[in-house]
Amino acid sequence: MDRYRNNALAIDALVRDAEVHRDVYVDPEIFELEMEHLFPNSWIYVGHASQLAKPGDFITANIGRQPVLASRHTDGAIHVFYNRCPHKGVKIASEPCGNTGKFFRCPYHAWSFKTDGSLLAIPLKKGYEGTGFGDAQANEGLSRIRNVVVYRDFIFVQLNDNGVSFEDYFGESLSTIDNMVDRSPVGKLAVVAAPIRYMHTCNWKMLVENQTDTCHPMVAHESSAGTAVKVWKREQGSSTETPMAVQLYGPFMSPYEFYEQSGIRIWPNGHGHTGVANSIHSNYSDIEGYVGQMVAAYGEKRAHEILGEVRHNTVYFPNIMVKGAVQILRNFIPIAVDKTLVESWVYRLVGAPDKLYERALMYNRFINAPTSIVGHDDLEMYERAQEGLKSNGNQWVNLQRLYEAGEQADVTAVINGTSERQMRNQFHAWAKFMTIDMGERIEAAE
Amino acid sequence: MITEKTITDFIYREADLLDTMQWQAWLDLFHPEGRYWMPLEWQQHDPVLQPSLMYEDLLLLKVRVERLAGERTFSQKPKSRCHHLFQAPQIIACDPEAGVFKARTSYIYTETRGDMLERFSGWASHDLVQVGDSLKIKLKRVDLVNFDAPFGNIQLFM
Ligand code: FES
Ligand SMILES: [Fe+2]
Repeated sequence: MDRYRNNALAIDALVRDAEVHRDVYVDPEIFELEMEHLFPNSWIYVGHASQLAKPGDFITANIGRQPVLASRHTDGAIHVFYNRCPHKGVKIASEPCGNTGKFFRCPYHAWSFKTDGSLLAIPLKKGYEGTGFGDAQANEGLSRIRNVVVYRDFIFVQLNDNGVSFEDYFGESLSTIDNMVDRSPVGKLAVVAAPIRYMHTCNWKMLVENQTDTCHPMVAHESSAGTAVKVWKREQGSSTETPMAVQLYGPFMSPYEFYEQSGIRIWPNGHGHTGVANSIHSNYSDIEGYVGQMVAAYGEKRAHEILGEVRHNTVYFPNIMVKGAVQILRNFIPIAVDKTLVESWVYRLVGAPDKLYERALMYNRFINAPTSIVGHDDLEMYERAQEGLKSNGNQWVNLQRLYEAGEQADVTAVINGTSERQMRNQFHAWAKFMTIDMGERIEAAE
Repeated sequence: MITEKTITDFIYREADLLDTMQWQAWLDLFHPEGRYWMPLEWQQHDPVLQPSLMYEDLLLLKVRVERLAGERTFSQKPKSRCHHLFQAPQIIACDPEAGVFKARTSYIYTETRGDMLERFSGWASHDLVQVGDSLKIKLKRVDLVNFDAPFGNIQLFM
C-alpha cells in the first residue's frame, strides 16, 4: 500500500522539530522514494579524478538504484553516463574500474561508443538504413548525465536536471575538501588503492547520523578504544613514545567536555562537521619533514592555517563523510532499507611523506574495516537500532539534545559539540530533497 | 629437532586453540615481534603502504583478546564462536640450520554469532621461528579468496 508516494505532506510529517518517525529507517516505501527522489535531487559523489588518470580510464558507481559510468575522454574531459547500452540495456562496464582503450564496446551485440559516450559503430549498420534510426534515442549513444561537477578532483553528479546548483547545494561546506587537498604540498590527492568495504545490516542514515554523534564514543567504544588505552598503559614498559596505534585509538575515549568544546558547525542543505576548535585528530605527532614541506610550499602562516584546521567528521548530505585530517572519505551506499554498503577510501597526499599515508591506512583499518573493533562497536548499535525500531511502544526517535525553540534551518552556525542539531539539520534537508520534485509541495509553495 | 611434522602439529594446535577459545594460549604462540596480517589485495607484498584488513602486532592482538571478554563489549553479547577446517599444511620451508620454517594451509573458516553464520575461504601462511624447543609465529598471513568483498563483522581470528 502506498502511503507516502506523491504525498509530500505525509513525508514532511515524519520530521518534527526534534524527533523523526521510525518509518524513515524501517519503511521500504520510504526507502524506494529516497532512491527515486532524495538521491536524484542531491549531488552525489561518484569518485575521484585520480581514478581516471588516463584517457579510457573508467569507474562505475550507483546513484540510488541507477548504475552510472564515468570515463576520461581523449581530450581530458570527464563524462558520466548511465551505465546501460542504448540497444537492449546491457550494462556497458561491469568492473569497479579499468581502462576501456579508445572505445566502450557492448558485450552483447558489439555496439561501440567513444569515451565521450557518442555512438561509434554498429555491426551490419546497413540494417538500420531507412528505419528512422537517426531520430531514435539510441542513436545518441550512452545517455549522458548533464550535471557533473569535478571540484578539486572530487566528481559529483546530480541526476535531476532541474535541481539545486552545485554551488548553492554545497556552499561554504566545500572548505573541508579544500583543506584536505591543501594538506598536500602540491595541492593534489591521489587514490592509489581500492577502498575497504563493510556491509551493514541497517539503514544508511544511521551511519550518517553517527558521524556527528559525539555522545557515543566514550560509551560504545569503551570496549575497543578503552581497552586499547588500558592495555597500552599496562604493557608499555619503559617506552615513552606513544605508538601511532594508541594515538589513533586514544582520543575516542575523550570525556564529554572535550567533545562539548570541540564544537559542531552546521551549514545549509544538511551539511555539517564536528571538530571546530579541536578534534580527536588534534594531537597526532608531527611526521618528520612534513611541516617543512608545507611551509616551503605555502609559507609559514598559510601552512599552519591549513594544518591547524583539524575537523573531525564532515557530513556532505546525503551520504558521504570526509575526514580531512586523515584523508579519508566514507561512502554510505544504500542497498535496501536495512542494508548499507560502506566504502572507506583513503587518499594519498601527493608529495607528502609516506608516513602520512601509512597513518591514514592504519586509521582506516582500525576504525572502518569489517575487522575493526571500533567498527564492531558501532555496527552492533545500528543493528540493535534496526531491530528495536520495530517496537510499537514509541514510534519516534528523539533528536532533542540542545534543541532550542525556533531553531532556524538552512543556516550556518557553530554550536556546542554534543548537540544533536546537525542530525536535525540533516533531517530538515532530507524532507526538503525528498519532496522538492513532488507535485503537491510545489503547488503548495506557489 | 624441528621437523615437518612439528610444523604441521603447530598449525593444527593453533587452530584448535582458536576453535576452543583459548585466547591466552593462542597469544603465547606468537613471537614478541610477531604479526597477524590480512591483506586487502591479491598477492599483496606491502602491509604498510597498501591497505589491509588487519596488520596487528602483539599489543593490538592482546587488546582484541582482552576486549572479547569485556563487560561492555556489546558486539560479543552473545559471543561469537569459530571453526577451522583444513587441508594438510603444505610445507614451504623447514630448514633448522637457517631457522626458516614456513607453511601454507588452505582452509575454510566459519564464524558464528547468535543465529548468524558466515563462511570464509582462504589460505594461511605461517612464518615460524624457533625459540628454545618450540616454534613461535613471526607472521601469520591470511589471504581470503574474496578479500575484496564487503563483509559484515569479522570478530575472531581466522
Ligand atoms: S545490448 Fe548492447 S549491443 Fe545489443
Ligand atoms: Fe562510533
